[in-house]
Amino acid sequence: MVTNVTSFGRSGLYDWVMQRITAVVLGVYFIALFTYLLLNPDLDYQQWHALFSTTWVRIASLAALLSICAHAWVGLWTISTDYLTTYLLGPKATVLRLLFQAGSVVLMFIYLVWGIQILWGM
Amino acid sequence: MLVSLYRYNPEVDAKPSMQDYELDLPAGKDLMVLDVLELLKRKDPSISYRRSCREGVCGSDGMNINGTNGLACITPVSSVAKNGKLILRPLPGLPVVRDLVVDMTVFYTQFEKIEPYLINDKPVPAIERLQSPEEREKLDGLYECILCACCSTNCPSFWWNPDKFVGPAGLLQAYRFLADSRDTATDARLAELEDPFSVFRCRGIMNCVAVCPKGLNPTRAIGHIRSMLLQRAS
Repeated sequence: MVTNVTSFGRSGLYDWVMQRITAVVLGVYFIALFTYLLLNPDLDYQQWHALFSTTWVRIASLAALLSICAHAWVGLWTISTDYLTTYLLGPKATVLRLLFQAGSVVLMFIYLVWGIQILWGM
Repeated sequence: MLVSLYRYNPEVDAKPSMQDYELDLPAGKDLMVLDVLELLKRKDPSISYRRSCREGVCGSDGMNINGTNGLACITPVSSVAKNGKLILRPLPGLPVVRDLVVDMTVFYTQFEKIEPYLINDKPVPAIERLQSPEEREKLDGLYECILCACCSTNCPSFWWNPDKFVGPAGLLQAYRFLADSRDTATDARLAELEDPFSVFRCRGIMNCVAVCPKGLNPTRAIGHIRSMLLQRAS
């Protein structure tokens, strides 16, 4: 068993399942949103604002936002452990990898809080 | 025919280089890549490569032929040579010992990790452990692997993490024992594979399936392992 403390759920199975569940959430959400845009070609601000004022759309958007964060974390963590490794770059890779992962987490956290603010602050 | 060969002797050369050889092939015959190498070695005995059975059973002569991994002994020159040129390189991603000979230690270490032997904690029966024809059928497409390493060395996930990701060849064998009705260590085997690297580094790009000289499907076996892990945990 290969252990790693920085992965999302510290289990490959958990990360894998989470990435798939979040992918379904994102798929459904964006297909629904694009369908709405296609059905409303003359969309104006009031209509868009009204759409995002309904509780269901806000709940779905929050689910999509959380899903993006979880999905992106698993993905970016995988990229960082593929390419920023001591095997490829030498000992300095560990610091570089942790910096990249920390940067990703901070960025995602900012986007999450900002997204919630936009969604529920309107 | 023009043969471009990867040459590297770490004891003498500062870095690897490609050496070109012009070779007259006997007319009216479609040689295998290994035959071409044998002819070359007669011209230049310093060329190194591994070979043994010369019929795709031992798995010694896995190499990169015109950009694709394969066994030199069962790859016809006509199927790979482009514009009369044959390019031979060692299997990618492994340290080169000399010319086409690679150090397969990491590959074997991963194979060892999955405990590629039957584990059964029940008392040994008087004659043998029986299987029904249906149970035996589950091992088809798994046991035929000859460990030539063509698949694992064609897998980017194995290139980046050869010390952590088991690789397609190892995982095919892992499933071979997970699927065996006589094996009683299924749970312990699965527990060893649940981490983020051993199995889940596979991104399903199927490079392994594309190059397997025996026509096996490691990606499907990995899918089965994932299902078993999911069932075990939920």
